[in-house]
Amino acid sequence: MPIIINGHDVAAPADPRVSLLDLLRERLDLTGTKKGCNQGACGACTVLIDGQRKLSCLSLAVQCDGHDITTIEAISEVDSLHPLQAAFIETDGFQCGYCTPGQIMSGIALRGEMQRGAPSHVTPRLEDVPEASNEEIRERMSGNICRCGANNGIIEAISSYVRGTL
Amino acid sequence: MELFTYERAHNPEAAVIAGAPSRAKFLGGGTNLVDLMREGIERPSALVDVTGLSQTIVETAEGGLLIGAAASNAAVAEHRLVRNRYPALSRAILAGASAQIRNMATVGGNILQRTRCRYFYDVNGARCNKRDPGQGCDAIGGFNRYHAVLGTSSHCIATHPSDMCIPLVAFDAIVHLAANGGSRSIKLAELHRDPGDTPQIETALDPGELITAIELPPLALARRSAYRKVRDRASYAFALISVAAALHVDDNRVTDVRLALGGVAHKPWRALIAERALVGQPATYDTFLAAARAELRAAQTQRDNAFKPELAARTIAAVLRTLAEEQA
Ligand SMILES: Cc1cc2nc3c(=O)[nH]c(=O)nc-3n(C[C@H](O)[C@H](O)[C@H](O)COP(=O)(O)OP(=O)(O)OC[C@H]3O[C@@H](n4cnc5c(N)ncnc54)[C@H](O)[C@@H]3O)c2cc1C
Ligand code: SF4
Ligand code: FES
Ligand code: FES
Repeated sequence: MPIIINGHDVAAPADPRVSLLDLLRERLDLTGTKKGCNQGACGACTVLIDGQRKLSCLSLAVQCDGHDITTIEAISEVDSLHPLQAAFIETDGFQCGYCTPGQIMSGIALRGEMQRGAPSHVTPRLEDVPEASNEEIRERMSGNICRCGANNGIIEAISSYVRGTL
Repeated sequence: MELFTYERAHNPEAAVIAGAPSRAKFLGGGTNLVDLMREGIERPSALVDVTGLSQTIVETAEGGLLIGAAASNAAVAEHRLVRNRYPALSRAILAGASAQIRNMATVGGNILQRTRCRYFYDVNGARCNKRDPGQGCDAIGGFNRYHAVLGTSSHCIATHPSDMCIPLVAFDAIVHLAANGGSRSIKLAELHRDPGDTPQIETALDPGELITAIELPPLALARRSAYRKVRDRASYAFALISVAAALHVDDNRVTDVRLALGGVAHKPWRALIAERALVGQPATYDTFLAAARAELRAAQTQRDNAFKPELAARTIAAVLRTLAEEQA
């Protein structure tokens, strides 16, 4: 079984030590996904695996055999923007841009999680459908670190995307 | 990273056969193991991927819950029956790691994750009895703000870092195990051990033993349960201390209580001394605090963590007060 990356079949590497992140960046030239810490602490390497946000630095590429990977390169057509990308520009959601692909992949998955009613650490009551408050978005985005401190713009962009008020 | 072989197990029988060689390791989400392999702390020769084994969460005949070891931490936290019946379990998971890591991490891997002691991680720079038995422990006398105060030894003062395990021990969770020779079940409270003079031996599992599921017994009390985690930043940090609690109050007296502590010991710490001291007592903040302090009386603190016993005691008392007020 191949790994399906952005709709294309890719053979799993023969060396099981290769991480999904290194497969993407070093072997497939999909360098939109960034390597920050390489140890699960920063979120720069976030991709969607079967629609869920996960860290490509801690995923072995061989584990992804048969699974569907979506990276930042595939969220919009050439010369067009995904609504969340447009929102980041609107709100100044970045400075150096290094964390941005991970933030955007994380934000896209976050919307799905909220729509299906998944609670977070700050959701007041576990039985309630969580509201897209800034506090909720901040907590849910805490796995994506921004060294430049563009957090306010990031939270604003994702909030408006989740609330559908773009 | 050293070279290893990789294979996927499609059922527990195949997993325990593939996992039997001494340097084979089971692979869950990889969020701990892959990191430790990169650091050279774990050096398996074979990885047996067990994420394809049971992920189901189902009600048992007795009215408890059976959770497959490959269920993701996120799936457990989000599950309707967990939220309704064992809310402290949802809360504990949601208080840990990040959304991405919770999507990857499995129940089996969470239970068997290793300590975050920074000297354990520092392969070339620090002595660690857990990593290299007999070397010594640089955490003793070193930076030990995050280290244990209960059940420690002069060989190791590391903590078990899991949030999820704290409500699980409070609720008497059972761990189902499989091995080449057959299967067995043990209480989660008996799975992790104190460090003693062999901190490299962390659990009661036999080599090659596989966690297949955890089982939560039916526990009406758990519907009124809570988890509180105290940490250095509001999100995405390990616990300094944490408390899982469930309480039942009748006529202003404690009729039943469950308490467990995280961040204080080499294992998830069930606070049995405090539980026993509380049953039958008036449900007041003062009795809560006195019982909590009794639990922490045996604490042995280090240079940087002298605050922990009192912080743990006050957090227990505060959580119990909140639970009592909800029933008033
Ligand atoms: C940046 C970061 C922050 C974190 N913050 C927190 C936090 O705040 N709170 C918290 O509780 N945790 C935290 N974690 C830890 C995280 O919860 C664990 O890494 C995770 O639960 C491990 O699960 P896994 O499936 O990825 O395990 P793996 O890494 O795949 O495996 C861990 C161990 O379990 C063994 N194993 C796995 N499955 C089985 C099985 N079925 N039977 C037998 N053995 C098995 C493996 O061989 C290995 O030894 C954090 C991790 C990171 C990277
Ligand atoms: S506390 Fe335990 S894990 Fe940490 S350095 Fe000492 S022996 Fe190693
Ligand atoms: S590069 Fe993966 S989390 Fe930092
Ligand atoms: S924009 Fe620079 S790290 Fe976030």
